[in-house]
Amino acid sequence: MSTTELSTLAPAGTWRLDPVHSTIGFEIAYLAGTFKGEFREVESTLEIADDGASLSGAAGVASVDVKDENLAAHLQSPDFFDAERHPELRFAAERIALDGETVSVDGEITIRGVTKPVTVTGTATPALSDPYGGERVGFALGATVDRTDFGIDWNLPLPTGGPALADEVTIVAELQFVKAD
Amino acid sequence: MTILGISGSLRRDSHNTRALRAAADYVGDGVALEVWDGLKAIPPYDEDDDAPTAPAAVVELRSAIAGADAVLFATPEYNASIPGQLKNALDWVSRPLATNELRNKPVAVIGASTGLFGAVWSQAELRKVLKTMGARVVEDGVSVTSAPSRFDDDGKLVDEELCVQLEAVLGRLVGETRTRVETGDQAVVAA
Repeated sequence: MSTTELSTLAPAGTWRLDPVHSTIGFEIAYLAGTFKGEFREVESTLEIADDGASLSGAAGVASVDVKDENLAAHLQSPDFFDAERHPELRFAAERIALDGETVSVDGEITIRGVTKPVTVTGTATPALSDPYGGERVGFALGATVDRTDFGIDWNLPLPTGGPALADEVTIVAELQFVKAD
Repeated sequence: MTILGISGSLRRDSHNTRALRAAADYVGDGVALEVWDGLKAIPPYDEDDDAPTAPAAVVELRSAIAGADAVLFATPEYNASIPGQLKNALDWVSRPLATNELRNKPVAVIGASTGLFGAVWSQAELRKVLKTMGARVVEDGVSVTSAPSRFDDDGKLVDEELCVQLEAVLGRLVGETRTRVETGDQAVVAA
């Protein structure tokens, strides 16, 4: 694997998130399927230099969006993300490796006030000109973490044994950035 | 700071109500523990009766919880679980779930029984219910075993080890409540 700088994919500069056309969410095995949710309030900034790049972002826990308001309330409660005490999920990375259109981002993720190293991987869409006069670059990223490492250990035992909810959760991010300068 | 005390027992000479009153000795300076005594008046939960206005006893309970900075529960154990009337009251309080008055509220659970287990199962079940409602539950509890022998004639807890445990639980409850204020939430705590 030969890696190149992100500046070969998109010009150097500051890139700001287009939050409307971006998604930060989670996927987790629950009962007989995969349960998905997302955060409506997200922010992220991508800085590309000729010799490196950094990525940071945050999602508002109170903006968690699932298909039931009571479930949303439970996810915000101290049983899960504890929105009152830890209102944001955060991610920050100072190293982004690019191999073709495959990206690997080594950073730190903060959930429920606990910060852990994480490697986020995915694909990148090279910079293009949008119809509105802007330049855009996109990323489809994912990382799997153990939620219990962050103090989120709620579960229910199944009648036949085993837990209702998996410990491993995949954080997914579909990000579109617009060049700011 | 005000802690609301809720006993799950209706009995006049309840050991759990006695334990709640004894807890007032351990809340610390500037903290008041007010024991709520309206549990018997709570009607059976019926969503049809919750609109347009909930029954007066329910309104009073919701208001008492809303006005308190934290809640301390003392529960007996009936058939390995929570007394029905306490669960019924919490079912009222839990509606609507997303905005109920116990949401994010620091709470702790203690329990007393005449036997050797001190309502440990009931305490665990009550914590589960409170977590599901969105409360900020202190994990530690106090199990007052052989309850008739643990209080003096004035209702004071006389078992030294239980006193230490009770003081520790209340210390954590008060600490959680102060932290809640310091982290900038909407709770208003008067010192």
